[in-house]
Amino acid sequence: MYDFAYHKPASIADAVALLAGDPEARPLAGGQTLIPVLKQRLNKPSKLIDLSGLGLNRISVSGNALSIGAMTPHATVANSADVQRAIPALAKLAGGIGDNQVRNRGTIGGSLANNDPAACYPAAVLGLGATVVTNKRRIAADDFFQGMFTTALEPGEIITEVVFPLPVEKAAYMKFAQPASRFALVGVFVAKGPAGVRVAVTGAGQNGVFRQREMEAALTARFAPDAIANIKTPPDQLNSDIHGSAEYRSHLITVMAKRAVAAAA
Amino acid sequence: MPQVTLTVNGKRHTVEVEGRTLLVELLREKLGLTGTHVGCDTSQCGACVVHVNGDSVKSCTMLALQADGASVTTIEGLAKPDGTLHPMQEMFREHHALQCGFCTPGMVMSAIDLVNKHPEGLTEAQIREGLEGNLCRCTGYHNIVKAVAAAWPLMHGKTMPAAAE
Ligand SMILES: Cc1cc2nc3c(=O)[nH]c(=O)nc-3n(C[C@H](O)[C@H](O)[C@H](O)COP(=O)(O)OP(=O)(O)OC[C@H]3O[C@@H](n4cnc5c(N)ncnc54)[C@H](O)[C@@H]3O)c2cc1C
Ligand code: FES
Ligand code: FES
Repeated sequence: MYDFAYHKPASIADAVALLAGDPEARPLAGGQTLIPVLKQRLNKPSKLIDLSGLGLNRISVSGNALSIGAMTPHATVANSADVQRAIPALAKLAGGIGDNQVRNRGTIGGSLANNDPAACYPAAVLGLGATVVTNKRRIAADDFFQGMFTTALEPGEIITEVVFPLPVEKAAYMKFAQPASRFALVGVFVAKGPAGVRVAVTGAGQNGVFRQREMEAALTARFAPDAIANIKTPPDQLNSDIHGSAEYRSHLITVMAKRAVAAAA
Repeated sequence: MPQVTLTVNGKRHTVEVEGRTLLVELLREKLGLTGTHVGCDTSQCGACVVHVNGDSVKSCTMLALQADGASVTTIEGLAKPDGTLHPMQEMFREHHALQCGFCTPGMVMSAIDLVNKHPEGLTEAQIREGLEGNLCRCTGYHNIVKAVAAAWPLMHGKTMPAAAE
């Protein structure tokens, strides 16, 4: 790892100022992605701005929204009574990320900012039609994810919280885990809520997480596994790698989507 | 150089580190606590697991400076000063849950966190899932799972609830 300066600001304004003052500075959340990346010297930041002192580790429920602070670890989301009550599928998804030690450190904000094409949270955020809130604006999930490891975030912009609209009538996430990494070979989040019926697919798309709109239309007409049994996702937009071909991933999307609908119904 | 102040196994230390110094490097190289191992250095194997404020974490994937003000427990901090082993260590010994021993410090630290956080009991499947972040190349895991199940009643001071078994 190349060396860097470490800062732990005590306010969002200070964090934003530190990032604005130096284009080579980077935010640090749980470090479960960033530290491995730095060890590989794939990245050479001048400064790391630790976001853990900004009061962003929090969860709250109001009448029609569940808000999760950007620095909330996966384990906290998984074990939160509020999340379990409001959107049990989201608590379950968080509890299935990586392993206990990754869940104790990794955060929702870090996962979304990173937008790994095989990450779990992007599927929930897109599938539930959530809003990503930053230090300067509110970004709808449909506009936030812009391709592999690419988001709508501008340089120096910090995610502060994620707001999920309530009530969620039905939701479930089904992940076919890559057995070594636990990331999604294919993961499908299915939901029926204020944003309508949505099907979000992670792990499979060449451009990261995406909505399977043909399945959404079929499930809007009838929310049942057999309503989507014959819907195939064209493999030409899907990933092929040593873990699975595009055709295999296409097949898995339908299988996982059916299982998710069955679990949600 | 920046300084980090933290409590390790009950003792307070102030140490000079670089920004990039990992918690595991601080423990092993600055404090001489070499019980915490580095197996992969890529966040996969769990040989480096320690407790930070009561939560198990991979100390190869945390900066020393991120532990400023924290209370850290390593494998060296488990046994009593008179040498009496922690029940988890005792059960690892009793059930032959180690062979080469390389994974053992991390495995024990993860297992203790798992048992602490499940006062309602643990099924065998939950134990296996709960140790997913720790790799062992020797034992085949079976005796590790037995050791963790045997440590549960000792740590909670009661028999494991039947539903969990
Ligand atoms: C062994 C292992 C298994 C894993 N398995 C899974 C899995 O199954 N599913 C899954 O989804 N993920 C998995 N992960 C990834 C894990 O969820 C990470 O925690 C997550 O991707 C990144 O979150 P973090 O808080 O650690 O972010 P960091 O690593 O600290 O940061 C990641 C990136 O986001 C930026 N960033 C962080 N926070 C913010 C913010 N608030 N605003 C703006 N930018 C920010 C950072 O600058 C950096 O570029 C795994 C990781 C490991 C090591
Ligand atoms: S050395 Fe830390 S996870 Fe392997
Ligand atoms: S006992 Fe050798 S790696 Fe586990």
